[in-house]
Amino acid sequence: MPSSPTTPADVARALTEHGYLPDDGLATSIFLALSLRRPLLLEGEAGVGKTEVAKVLSRWSGGRLIRLQCYEGIDAAQAVYDWDYSRQLLHLRAAEASGEARDLGTGALEGQLYDERFLLKRALLDAIDHRGDTPPVLLIDEIDRADDEFEAYLLEVLSDYQITIPELGVFTTTVPPTVILTSNRTRDVHDALKRRCLYHWVEHPSFEREVRIVRLRVPHVVEPLARQVAAAVEAMRTKNLYKPPGVAETIDWATALAALGVSELDETTVESTLGAVLKYREDQERVRQQGGIADIVKQAFERGLLHG
Amino acid sequence: MTPRLTRGEQLAVGFARVLRGAGVAVPVGNVIDFVQAVGAVGLEQRDGVYWAGRCTLLHRPEDIPVYDRAFAAFWERHLPAGTTGDEEEEPLKITIATDDGDDNDDPGDGTASDEPTIELRFSASEVLRQKDFGAYDEDELHLAQQLMSQLRFAGAPRPSFRLRRATRAGRPDIRATVRESLRAGGEPIRWRWRDPGERMRRLVLLLDVSGSMEPYARAMLRFVHAAVSGRQRVEAFALGTRLTRVTRELSSHDPDRALRRASERVLDWSGGTRLGECLRRFNDEWGVRGMARGAIVVVLSDGWDRGDPAALAEQMQRLQRIAFRVIWVNPLKVTPGYAPLARGMAAALPYVDHFVEGHSVAAMEELARVIGLPARRREHDAGVASAGTRS
Repeated sequence: MPSSPTTPADVARALTEHGYLPDDGLATSIFLALSLRRPLLLEGEAGVGKTEVAKVLSRWSGGRLIRLQCYEGIDAAQAVYDWDYSRQLLHLRAAEASGEARDLGTGALEGQLYDERFLLKRALLDAIDHRGDTPPVLLIDEIDRADDEFEAYLLEVLSDYQITIPELGVFTTTVPPTVILTSNRTRDVHDALKRRCLYHWVEHPSFEREVRIVRLRVPHVVEPLARQVAAAVEAMRTKNLYKPPGVAETIDWATALAALGVSELDETTVESTLGAVLKYREDQERVRQQGGIADIVKQAFERGLLHG
Repeated sequence: MTPRLTRGEQLAVGFARVLRGAGVAVPVGNVIDFVQAVGAVGLEQRDGVYWAGRCTLLHRPEDIPVYDRAFAAFWERHLPAGTTGDEEEEPLKITIATDDGDDNDDPGDGTASDEPTIELRFSASEVLRQKDFGAYDEDELHLAQQLMSQLRFAGAPRPSFRLRRATRAGRPDIRATVRESLRAGGEPIRWRWRDPGERMRRLVLLLDVSGSMEPYARAMLRFVHAAVSGRQRVEAFALGTRLTRVTRELSSHDPDRALRRASERVLDWSGGTRLGECLRRFNDEWGVRGMARGAIVVVLSDGWDRGDPAALAEQMQRLQRIAFRVIWVNPLKVTPGYAPLARGMAAALPYVDHFVEGHSVAAMEELARVIGLPARRREHDAGVASAGTRS
C-alpha cells in the first residue's frame, strides 16, 4: 500500500476510496491485521462481503490477489505445489533421445528432474515465494469446507510463513503476504488455527451504511432508490427467512432495478425482481403471503424519506 | 525481578482475566496479541480498545454478548469514562475465583423462550447416579459400549475428491509413472494408475432431550457419545426447547467427563419440546450451510411436539432435500399397537428415509446397521406409508 496506515480511520478511508465501506470493527481488525502482520479470519453469513475484503485490500495495496478456494479433499498438490510430471517425462525422453541420459547416469538425471523449472506453484507457495517488494494478498476462501488435516497444514504455513519441499529445500519470505481467511461456519474451524488469527464476525451493515454501499457500488442508482432498496432489504431480513439477503443481494437488486430503468420501488417492480434478492421459493412465498410486498414497499418509502 | 508492566499491559491482562472469569476461553497467546493491538490503536478511544479486544480475544460470535457486558463494566471501572459514557451500567458479576456464577456460559439468546420451560441442571453425580440406569442396566450398558465400536466403522462412504493409487487402469498417475520410468532411463514402460478413494459421510445426530424422552435420552446420549468420540466427522445436537450443539462436550474420550459436560451444556433437559423450531434453527445455522449436505442425519426422538406440525414437516422436508439419508429413531415404535399418533411424528414421517426402533440395545444395533447401509436411500421401513415425495 502507498503508505502504511497509522490508524483504523486511515484503513476505512483507503478502503472506501477503493470501493468498500467497512464499519469501525472491520476497519480496526484490518488495521491490526496489517500492523501486527497476522492473518485475519472473517466469519459471517453468506453475502456480507467477506471475500470482497481481500479483493479490496489487493486493489489498495497493489499486491497480487492469490485466491485459494477450499473444498472437501483439497490437498497439498492443489494448494501448495506439484511437479509438472508431463514436462518431466518429456525431459526424460529428450535426454534419452540425445544420448544425454547415458552420459549422466540415473542419479544426475533425477537431480535434473527436481529443478524449480518443473515446479508448479499453487496458491500457498505462490504467496510465500512472491519475490517482490509488495506482498501479495492471500485469500483462503471458505476454510470450513476443507478437511481438518488441511487446516493443520495451513496452521504450519501461517505460523512460520515457510514451506519445505523435500527435493528443493525451504521456501521462505521476508515480507509475509496479507492473509485473509473466510468461513461460513458450516463447521468450527480448529481452535489452534483461530488462535493464530485475528477474528472478526462480519454483520449485515446498518441501514445508512448499506445505502452508502449501494451508492458506492452502483453509482447510477439515484439516492432515493438506494434508500428504498436498503430499507426493503432491511425489512426482509426481519421476516425470518431461510436465507436473509446479504449485501451482495442488495447490490444485485439495485443493479437489476437500475438496468430496468426504475427510479422508485412499487409493488409490481418488487414482485418481478424478487428473484434478485430472495433465492428460495419458500422465502419468496413467505414475503408474498404476509401481505408482504405492499408492506415492504410501504416501509421502504417511509424509511427512505425519513432522513432523506 | 519482574519487569514492570505498563498501564496498557496491566489493563489488557486484567481484562483478559475478567473475560475468562465470565466463561470465555482466552489463551495466553491472544492476551499478548491484545496487548500489541492496544499498543497499535491506543488507549484513548473506547471503540478502538473495544475492537482491538474483540478481534484478538474472541473467536466465536456466541461470546460477543459476554464480551460486550464485560467490556462495558471494565471500561467504566478502569478507564476514564469519556464523553461516550452512554453505556448502561450493567450489573455484571465479575467473579473470577468462584465458579458458581457461570450463568454466562450460554450467552446466545439468553433464556428468551416464551414458553414455560422446566430448566434443570444436573450435576455430574446426579446424572450418573440417578438417570442413566433407568433404561439400561449394567449388562446392557456394557453391550452398548460394544455397539459403539461397531458404529465406529459404520457410515456410508462416498467417493472422495482425492485420488488414490489403484491397481486397475483408471486415471494415469503420472507422478508414479515418472518415478518408475527413471529406472528404465526415462522410458515409461509400466504405467501407474489412480482412482478416487472413499470417504465416510458426515454423521449428524439430533437427540431429543425433552421430558417425554426422559427414560431413553440418557441411554441414547451414551450412544451419541460413542459415535462422536469414536469417529471423525460426527456432529451432535440436543433438541429440547432450544438447540444446543454438544459435539465439543462429547468429544472427550472419557465417557463420564463427556456426559457430564454435555449435561451441563444442555440447559433444557426434560423440558418441553419444540422440534420444529429446533430443526429450523439447525437447518438455518448449521445444516443447510453445509453440515447436513450429503450427510447421514439421525433424529432420536419420540416425536411428541408442542409446536406446529406443519412447521416440523417443512423443516424435515428441507433436511431431507439436502441430506443423504434421514433416519428417525423412535423408542416408542416398539410399543404394541403403536401408530405414529404424535402429531409431530406423523408430520415428519413422510420425509424420513428409515424409521427405526430405539428402545433397546438390539434396536441400536439395527440403527448402526442402517447408518452403515452403503446403497442410496431405500424405501421406508415396513409400517410406514411410502411418502412419495422422493422422486
